[in-house]
Amino acid sequence: MIHWQVILPLVLFLILIFMIGIWANTRLRQSDSFLQEYFLGGREMGGFLLAMTMIATYGSASSFIGGPGVAYTKGLGWVLLAMAQLPAGYFVLMVLGKKFAIIARKFNTITLIDFLKIRYQSDAIVLLSALAIIIFLFSSMTAQWVGGARLIESLTGLSYTAALFIFAASVLVYVIIGGFRAVALTDAVQGSIMVIGTIILLVGTIIAGGGIEAIMASLVAENPQLITPFGAEGDLTPLYVSTFWILIGIGVVGLPQIAVRAMSYKDSKSMHRAIIIGTIAIGTIMFGMHLIGVFARPILPGIEIGDKVMPLLTLEVLPPFVAGFVLAAPMAATMSTVNALLILVSSTVVKDIYLNYVKPEASETSIKRVSFWTTSIIGLAVVLFAMNPPSLIVWLNLFAFGGLEAAFVWSVVFGLYWKGANKYGALASMVVGMTSYIAISIWWPHVFGMHSVTLPIVFSLLAFLIMSMATHRRVQPFVLFD
Amino acid sequence: MKDQRFRIANREALIGVGLVIINFAIWFGFAYGLGSTDPENYTYVLGFPAWFFYSTMAGTVFMIALIIFVLKRYFKDVPFDDEEEKL
Repeated sequence: MIHWQVILPLVLFLILIFMIGIWANTRLRQSDSFLQEYFLGGREMGGFLLAMTMIATYGSASSFIGGPGVAYTKGLGWVLLAMAQLPAGYFVLMVLGKKFAIIARKFNTITLIDFLKIRYQSDAIVLLSALAIIIFLFSSMTAQWVGGARLIESLTGLSYTAALFIFAASVLVYVIIGGFRAVALTDAVQGSIMVIGTIILLVGTIIAGGGIEAIMASLVAENPQLITPFGAEGDLTPLYVSTFWILIGIGVVGLPQIAVRAMSYKDSKSMHRAIIIGTIAIGTIMFGMHLIGVFARPILPGIEIGDKVMPLLTLEVLPPFVAGFVLAAPMAATMSTVNALLILVSSTVVKDIYLNYVKPEASETSIKRVSFWTTSIIGLAVVLFAMNPPSLIVWLNLFAFGGLEAAFVWSVVFGLYWKGANKYGALASMVVGMTSYIAISIWWPHVFGMHSVTLPIVFSLLAFLIMSMATHRRVQPFVLFD
Repeated sequence: MKDQRFRIANREALIGVGLVIINFAIWFGFAYGLGSTDPENYTYVLGFPAWFFYSTMAGTVFMIALIIFVLKRYFKDVPFDDEEEKL
């Protein structure tokens, strides 16, 4: 049985998150533009908030639970791989950059699909993108939700259903009533807990292990491969590890839940500050958590299930109350990813489907009602699916990250920077990117020793260029973004 | 009519691409340049194998310093609303 001192900080954390939701709701009532406020927080985010919401959305349970578990078996090579994520802190904001933010304001875009709609003027693109976002991110959300509930289950000893209920209630309430502002503000708290928790646990682990030199010596004594870049079994080739830069460093530009944040900040100063804070924070978390996984090996040898490494280590090396605070970090990481996905899927349904194709002339009051209901229904549907996840959802979740990257990255980047990009190219790249990613993941996951996302990104690039050039006579060059 | 702000934005996007290439080169170069020998012959810095120290620790600190420098030196403040631009 876990000590009540461990559970207390977790409960305090949930109460704090809850109060932020209520406060954000009062701001929502005062706002004169509901859609912009509910789905983008009124484009008022400053540098710290922007950085934290970026890294909290990006960092999920896998950064705190899954990743350290793999590092535990693979050694320092996996920390090297994890550091390919550093660009997530600066690359997205620099590449989408000020042009994306300016255009988003000028055309009053609320979602990533709004941007694609204005740029490519194609219903097929809007519908296909909306479908991809709803299907993939709904699955991804369900999987994260299951992870969050399992975490509470293992920390408190409650049943899975009770744990799921606590997790769902705490996330749903603040997202539904507070919208994006609540999501961003809670992300700031959650992101801070993630960074501070990482540092505390790293220090605690080094002390418990008797210092870095002692830990390294016992790793070498067990298996010298653990301290090479190639992994304990020597299976991490430079090519394979390098292709992770495409998945987790660069392709992130195409993730709708990340890209939408690049249209929600206040001014260019906020962006500059966010790049610095975000890069430091993401570097600290990814380096710290994965190194902790490796260092756990001499302290707690023989753990069979990777996901248990981080919780067990925390309870072993830290006093109970501090352990509770540190264990709030993976919970914060899960919540902050789930809440971003929930508000994004809801915005896709309301803004991209309902207001485009069902009822364009809807009044402000009815938009409000529809938004609250949509968010609630999606949230409850996720909980229902998470009770007993259908295998289709589990299967789709595997493709969510790479599938969306391969689908969107070129349409967004070329849409911004190349006049000659047109709807035929964008459509071709989306279809080719998504289908080739799913096909390669199923039939040929380590194609030529690379990560499965590499070739689909290349294929969708080629499809984009070839189709745009082949059809350049049919479509006028796009000059509105000049 | 060309929007001057977009020229600044284009340049900054290219700087972002340049930074990723530098980041990748440091990361890859130190990791596999120093780490490919037999672990028995590794040298250590502050308790860490040298490849690991330079690639993931010093490299990251260097990147953060470089990013701060580039932001202060080359990134420009531009207004986001069209109204402010006309003032």
